Amino acid sequence: MSTKTETIKIALVGQPNVGKSALINSVGNARLKVGNFSGVTVRKEIVRFNRDGYDFEITDLPGSYSLTDYTIEERVTKKYLDDSEYDLILNVVDSTNIERNLYLTTELLALNKKIVVALNMTDEAVKEGVDIDEVQLGKILGVNCVKTSAVQKTGIDDVIQAIIKTYNLRENRFHLQFSEVFEEEITHIVSFLEEKKIKCKISLKALAIKLLREDKETYLRFHEEPIWTELQPIVNKAYQHLYLHYDTKDLDDIFNDEKSAVAKGAVVETVHFDKEVKQSLTDKIDNLLMHQFIGLPIFLFLMWGLFQLTFEVGSIPMDWIDAFFASLIDGTKSYLGDTELASVISDGAIAGVGAVVLFLPNIVILFLGIALLETTGYMSRVAFLLDGFFHKFGLHGKSFIPLVSGFGCSVPAYMAARTLKNDRDRLLTLFIIGFMSCGARLPIYVLFVGALFTEEQAGNILFLIYISGALIGVLAAKVLKITVFKGDDEPFVMEMPKYRLPSFKLIWHTVSAQAMMYLRKAGTYILLASVLIWFASNYPKQIEMEQEFQVKIEQTQNEETINALTNELALYKLENSYLGIIGHASEPFFAPLGYDWRMAIALETGLAAKEVVVATLGVLYGLGEEHDEESSGLIEKIRANISLPAGISFIVFVMIYLPCLAASMVFMREAGGWKYLGYLFVFTTATAWSLSFVAFNVAQVLT
Amino acid sequence: MKLNELKKGQLATVSEINANRELKNRFNSFGLVKGAIISIDGHSLAKKTMEICINKTHIALRASEAEKIEVTV
Ligand SMILES: Nc1nc2c(ncn2[C@@H]2O[C@H](COP(=O)(O)OP(=O)(O)O)[C@@H](O)[C@H]2O)c(=O)[nH]1
Repeated sequence: MSTKTETIKIALVGQPNVGKSALINSVGNARLKVGNFSGVTVRKEIVRFNRDGYDFEITDLPGSYSLTDYTIEERVTKKYLDDSEYDLILNVVDSTNIERNLYLTTELLALNKKIVVALNMTDEAVKEGVDIDEVQLGKILGVNCVKTSAVQKTGIDDVIQAIIKTYNLRENRFHLQFSEVFEEEITHIVSFLEEKKIKCKISLKALAIKLLREDKETYLRFHEEPIWTELQPIVNKAYQHLYLHYDTKDLDDIFNDEKSAVAKGAVVETVHFDKEVKQSLTDKIDNLLMHQFIGLPIFLFLMWGLFQLTFEVGSIPMDWIDAFFASLIDGTKSYLGDTELASVISDGAIAGVGAVVLFLPNIVILFLGIALLETTGYMSRVAFLLDGFFHKFGLHGKSFIPLVSGFGCSVPAYMAARTLKNDRDRLLTLFIIGFMSCGARLPIYVLFVGALFTEEQAGNILFLIYISGALIGVLAAKVLKITVFKGDDEPFVMEMPKYRLPSFKLIWHTVSAQAMMYLRKAGTYILLASVLIWFASNYPKQIEMEQEFQVKIEQTQNEETINALTNELALYKLENSYLGIIGHASEPFFAPLGYDWRMAIALETGLAAKEVVVATLGVLYGLGEEHDEESSGLIEKIRANISLPAGISFIVFVMIYLPCLAASMVFMREAGGWKYLGYLFVFTTATAWSLSFVAFNVAQVLT
Repeated sequence: MKLNELKKGQLATVSEINANRELKNRFNSFGLVKGAIISIDGHSLAKKTMEICINKTHIALRASEAEKIEVTV
């Protein structure tokens, strides 16, 4: 007899930081699959393994304090528990903080599914003198409770056995006991339903509770039935009793009260606390890190260190990656010859993908830092320290990290915004990250400031550019908050978790997953878009012109003339490519800002990458592509061709308009759709245009 | 009195939460319910944010939210 192995589908649920990830990581020979919950950027991890003839499939749901709609995480968890197919819930609980954790457990019990509770962090609980009678607790809750420690790897097998046992239970009794008053009302309804022989997937008690909770679906179901005329008065009477007893008409209040009471009651009966322990390590560390006066300086110092690391150390492998792709491009070209195919592969695809891979070291280091901040528990303290300032501008304390990362590179900055749990806070932060001038814009500033100002002024002007960018950013946040993201302030209520030494495995796990996600997703979009831009700047082909120039070039021996001719050709080609045509067409749009068509094209190629702006200007002002911001030739040309007001207005535009293609793609993914990229484009372009217009006119009056 | 008027280190009992449903649910899930014993761990520099402790949970909140919690010493 051959039987197919049965699969037990498990939903892993717990409050944040209870050790869910650690727990499934401690199961041997497990296979991990990482994905996203549909439609949101919340990571979904599924772990599969088999034991004792069963296949286990565990879905790690995002940490939730309760089954409400407050954060994306909580919404995802709630939706999954309500709508998805699973056989049982594995509820992980932090034994050192059991009462608060049991609050969630009572909500899970009310779902009337099979449940196993893992009392995790047993090692810490023992140290803190918390003694839990898990057998008694299991009896009260009507579920299997198992003590575990994910760190010391104890109790893991017991959990698996408990799961198998619970899975094989035929019936699924509803055990949750509320207060007497409440139970009485429930019993009334249940006995009525029994009399009427109502059949239901969940137990009648659970059904009665749903009725009392004013659950929409349950109501819809009964509303159509004839029995409703009899049922309604009974339910109404139950409400009247409850309102009277609890002295409130708020059903949520009543239920929350009940849940806390259940949690509290269970703790009183089954948990024994040794006499209060002395000040915990966490409190001691907090005395320092959360100190009214020195807390902030300590944090700023740590941040400074992190960014030094990110951009100093990160630049070393970046140079290698850069060199690697450059040689790959050369290699491809020499291998495939001077053909269209070679060009689209090397200048389009490889160059585009190279630009994405280039940011990888930055991303890995920054995320390592952020993972450390988060897993140690310091991140919440940071938000606490900074919230006062950021809240003035409608931002959240946690916005700080993405915003400051923005000065290095917008790509990791957009990704870092994930630490913001609330949609509106996160979107608002995403929208203004671009105002923090990224590293790639520096060459443009250096070029223009060098051309238009004296050497003594240059440093100050550069500083001014960065500072005013940031200021415009926070002001823009304020404006967006008042206009677009208006509404009540999202509450800032956050747990300050215990400080814990991070485990290497967990950190590696998060960082590598994030890096992979970046490579895979951003890589595909950017590959496509780079090929598109390559096409726009190379087509339509100017074959006749090319031949004409080819002939001319062959005829001369003079180096200089050849250079001039090649450049003239490049200029001609670019001017007549689709990109050039767009540049010319958009000239009227940029005219009020004082730009000619060359500056317009440069800005447009800058949409691909800000580094390209300087190179494009080099081509357009007749110097060939091999120019960077320090070449005196280009500076001369800029000085000769661009007036001071136009230059200032150009700098302002560069400060504000859309970041590079790679960043835009990442923005789109983090914000959740093309729509938002559209808004960002309109918002930044409009702001850039207006401010440049003002800058241009003011500068004209002043000079 | 209101929670934001409580001094550092003082113990108090939550007597009422005057918040909207969302915020109240949030408070409840952290164990901040009527009857819970609460204390203040500290304030940020401008007193715009504060850290409180209930049971074993440390929670950060804004002064504007603390205003919505009534406590008795
Ligand atoms: N002492 C101890 N620490 C644990 C235990 N389980 C997890 N941790 C630590 O608790 C922190 C949070 O764990 P994590 O798995 O990320 O929690 P999650 O948010 O629920 O996935 C990590 O630093 C873990 O190393 C445990 O049983 N004992």
